[in-house]
Amino acid sequence: MTSDKVYPSSKAAIADIPDGATILLGGFGGAGIPENLLVAMADHPARELTVVTNHAGFGERGLAVLLRQGKVRKIICSYAFHRSAFVFRELYLEGKIELEQLPQGTMAERIRAAGAGISAFYTPTGVGTQAAEGKETRTINGRDVVLEHPLPGDVAVIKAHRADRMGNLTYRGTAANFNPVMATAAPLTIVEVEEIVAPGVIAPESVHTPSIYVQRVVRGEDLDLRSET
Amino acid sequence: MVSNYIPEEYDVTIHSENGVLGVGPFPYEGDEDPDLLNASKETVTLLQGGSYFDSAMSFSMVRGGHIDVTILGAMEVAGNGDLANWAIPGRMISGMGGAMDLVVGAQKVILTMEHVSKRGAPKIVKACTLPLTGKGVVDVIITDIAFITVEPEGLMLREIAPGVSKNEVMEKTEAPLQVASDLREMFVTA
Repeated sequence: MTSDKVYPSSKAAIADIPDGATILLGGFGGAGIPENLLVAMADHPARELTVVTNHAGFGERGLAVLLRQGKVRKIICSYAFHRSAFVFRELYLEGKIELEQLPQGTMAERIRAAGAGISAFYTPTGVGTQAAEGKETRTINGRDVVLEHPLPGDVAVIKAHRADRMGNLTYRGTAANFNPVMATAAPLTIVEVEEIVAPGVIAPESVHTPSIYVQRVVRGEDLDLRSET
Repeated sequence: MVSNYIPEEYDVTIHSENGVLGVGPFPYEGDEDPDLLNASKETVTLLQGGSYFDSAMSFSMVRGGHIDVTILGAMEVAGNGDLANWAIPGRMISGMGGAMDLVVGAQKVILTMEHVSKRGAPKIVKACTLPLTGKGVVDVIITDIAFITVEPEGLMLREIAPGVSKNEVMEKTEAPLQVASDLREMFVTA
């Protein structure tokens, strides 16, 4: 008997996200964003969220809807001020949202560390810049490095291409981006996919994210939904 | 953008930080794949032998020294190789994206930039005043008028664009600039 992690709807999959949760949200550009889960979150009352994601949303849809609704207290990202992230920019200039910007590689590695049980690590990225302010720096093997800590989430809200009913995942193209590493770094990982198959259909050697990291799987209701184009 | 100017006979593999090696040209209309983007969020294609991977592996490649060259723009660069290219306090913060990782990880850091700002102020300065992207990270500066390398003892002017005088380059550069003994004219393609 294998566990079945498939949920009937996006709404059901995100129903118990609590106020104040830290959400690891996958996606880079228009690829790999869990669009249907974001639509469901816009209809959900959870507030005071911290969202960790590569950039602060584009245009008016997707993450921008949650921002507009005032549900997000803080964004942690690597690139906040793209010209099309105007919803975020407006809120930020009005002092209605907090921002922490991180180097993209440090963000990825901090999330990876959270999922991999690494207590902290030293990296050369950001030494001598604002990214290292207030952090321990030292010289190791002649190189200046800065101490960085894990960045876990309470919930990972991610997108994959395919899942089996046990939660083994595959990604497609550059839609992987932060999704695989975010899947490992939260106690609750909710995955939107385009297709759900029986266990065994995804060859074991082709699994990108093993099922141990996944708690819930839902097939996206509208597969053509793209908040960023 | 740089990829549009690589001569066909060069064997170059393009890495894109969002998780792809072997980026190809832009797709023909109708062939766009919304799951195949570059780091500027444009649809691209994948060359034969290319591969996809996640953000953690992508930046392991970058930080781990596996990338030969990175080419970036700059707002300010100093004589010691300090680079600022992500924020102007009070006016513009874009975000560092992957730039801070690229400048410490790539084997060679090349800047391509206008020699002076839109207001005519030098961008190659004695010391950066803007928030830094990296300290002492730049190897080569290519501008509209000059080709300059960053040496342990400071900046070295190696090539000048056709029709530009040495004095003009010196006047438009705030940081001390030594002139190479074999100073040449820059080769400029159409």
